[in-house]
Amino acid sequence: MRSLLVKDLLILRRSRLLVGLLVFYPIAIALLIGLAISRSPERPRVAIVDQTPAGETIQLGNQKVEVSRYARQLFSQVDAIPVSSRQEAIEKVTAAEVLAAVVIPADLAARVGSATSQGELEVIYNGDALEQSLVDAQLRSALAQANLGFSEQIQSAAARAIDALIRGGNLGVLGAPENLIGLEQIPAVLKRVIARTPAGADREALERVAAFAEFAAQNLTVSKRVLTTVGQPIRIRSTLLHGRRTPLNTFAVVVAVTVSLLFVAVLLAAGALAAEREENTLARLVRGLVSRETLLLEKGLLAAGCSLVVGLAMLAGVGAFVSLDWSRAGLWVIAAGAGALAFAALGVAIGALAREVRAASLLAFVLSLPIALLALVPAGAVGQGAYDAIGVISFAFPFKAALQGLDAAVNRSSPSLALALVHLAGLMLVFGALARIGLRRGQAA
Amino acid sequence: MGSPERAAVSGALRVSALSKRYGELEALRDVSFEAAAGELIAVLGPNGAGKTTLLSIIAGLQRPSSGTVSREPREIGWVPQQSALYAKLTVAENLRLFARLEGLADPRAAVAEMLAQTGLEDRADDPVGSLSGGNRQRVNVAIGLIADPPVLALDEPSASLDAGQRGRLWEFVAGRAAAGTTVLFSSHYGAEAQRHADRVLILDAGAIVFDGSPAELLARHPGAGDLEQAMLALLESRKASGGPA
Repeated sequence: MRSLLVKDLLILRRSRLLVGLLVFYPIAIALLIGLAISRSPERPRVAIVDQTPAGETIQLGNQKVEVSRYARQLFSQVDAIPVSSRQEAIEKVTAAEVLAAVVIPADLAARVGSATSQGELEVIYNGDALEQSLVDAQLRSALAQANLGFSEQIQSAAARAIDALIRGGNLGVLGAPENLIGLEQIPAVLKRVIARTPAGADREALERVAAFAEFAAQNLTVSKRVLTTVGQPIRIRSTLLHGRRTPLNTFAVVVAVTVSLLFVAVLLAAGALAAEREENTLARLVRGLVSRETLLLEKGLLAAGCSLVVGLAMLAGVGAFVSLDWSRAGLWVIAAGAGALAFAALGVAIGALAREVRAASLLAFVLSLPIALLALVPAGAVGQGAYDAIGVISFAFPFKAALQGLDAAVNRSSPSLALALVHLAGLMLVFGALARIGLRRGQAA
Repeated sequence: MGSPERAAVSGALRVSALSKRYGELEALRDVSFEAAAGELIAVLGPNGAGKTTLLSIIAGLQRPSSGTVSREPREIGWVPQQSALYAKLTVAENLRLFARLEGLADPRAAVAEMLAQTGLEDRADDPVGSLSGGNRQRVNVAIGLIADPPVLALDEPSASLDAGQRGRLWEFVAGRAAAGTTVLFSSHYGAEAQRHADRVLILDAGAIVFDGSPAELLARHPGAGDLEQAMLALLESRKASGGPA
């Protein structure tokens, strides 16, 4: 087997274009996938026309909220480009300088303050259906966030106004009387007056006013709590049932490395085995010089070894930019090695079926890419039936198990590394057996 | 059939009652013969007669449905029709690899000997992919011979060679036979068999229909101008008498 390994390494060394493609192409794909996963949703670049007069406020009882706060909320949610007029905004959208424009109308304060009509924003889009859909989703999210922030401020102002009604005191509003009595103080004051008032119609009237004040104070206190609830009706409390909160950037590193391992191992194993058939050397080797099992093992080890080198080099390289726990490097090697061996087993199975290198490479590529992508489909992204089918496919091929193993090794996620290793070992045996059958059938044919 | 006394020659190779079936198709039917050391035997026959199947079973590439071959595959040098070489490796590296896989005690010496015998010493460091068809076939044969096997099986060794390359190849193969290696080769060229073979096996529909020297076959069909015409006459006469051809 050593002679065959040396021979294959010599051939690889002389196939610089092949090696270049084999190393850089998977890395490029891996980095692209990793980048796509790690990148947080981009803040849309949006032109904002704020037509509200400077310093305008919305009056809520004795409280005021500056309209400019809404614009600031919106600015914080998008990559905001302030523009001075609606026409300028349209020009920027047309020139594709921005994805969309939002016009905050001059009457926003009046409408919100009227309590009878909603404020209304104008959103100006451009682009094809996909772009519109993307912008619409991002912008709706940004507007929802801004609305939420603004409504919290309004709710806070309303709560303060109610509080002033209940507790009394100074409202801090120009022209308002000072040291106002609060609703909750009225019953006590009235009781003292009632005690001095003789029985009769006046006393009855005072008792009714006192009862009303007590009732009103109690209900306004409830209203304040209701306002808080309405301002944020549902609060999110996260409970993690499975896995751990893997930081997105380190998970992206794991995905990128696993994709590299997959492509290098599968393409190399499939190509190296198919090359023996293409060069007619397979028959010469297996007629007593090398057993078929040894040949498969040699190709598997060659491919797994090369992909492990590429994968670990990539992990180490990316590790310079992303914080990784280097004390677990031993586990990385175990996880990446097991993944590489399972991918190599898949590769030799493909190589045993194909009669020539091109067919083997094409088959390996055509199979590898969807396997990788399917394993990354999150729950809920597709229908339950499709997700179950994807689960079965992902279980039958080594990508997901390798990804989970490496994620467990790098990020301490669950399921455990041991479980992933057992899964990978099983798949290794299955694909090894398929390769053995394929090699015999191919030769008999 | 051939001379009965030939079977008495000490056997470098004994093939006994070989049969091979592919489903309903009977590719070989009860094929038996013995070959002596240094004998150069041509296996002839029309397309589909079973020539390649017979040689590949003798070489250990396929298992027979029944019957036996007296030698293990590793004792038989195998030269496939298409060169089985690594194009990216040099001539010497190809030879060295197979010398090591054969488990030879001194691979370097074996490589040097093969380079000398094939006359490829000056091309030893050239990648096989850069060689002409004739030189490539010489390396192909050299690999079949690197372990100095007692028997060499060649499947249509001159199929892709020009006249000059064929001449050099047969000079080399005849030299090995003269040195005691039993050589079996399949061919489409009757003239090649007439010129180089000591003995001819003619297969038809998986069975041996003639086993004898080229002179014996020509004597049996005096009207035939050469071995190829004699073989055709033999197959025609079998067809006329209700045989498979």
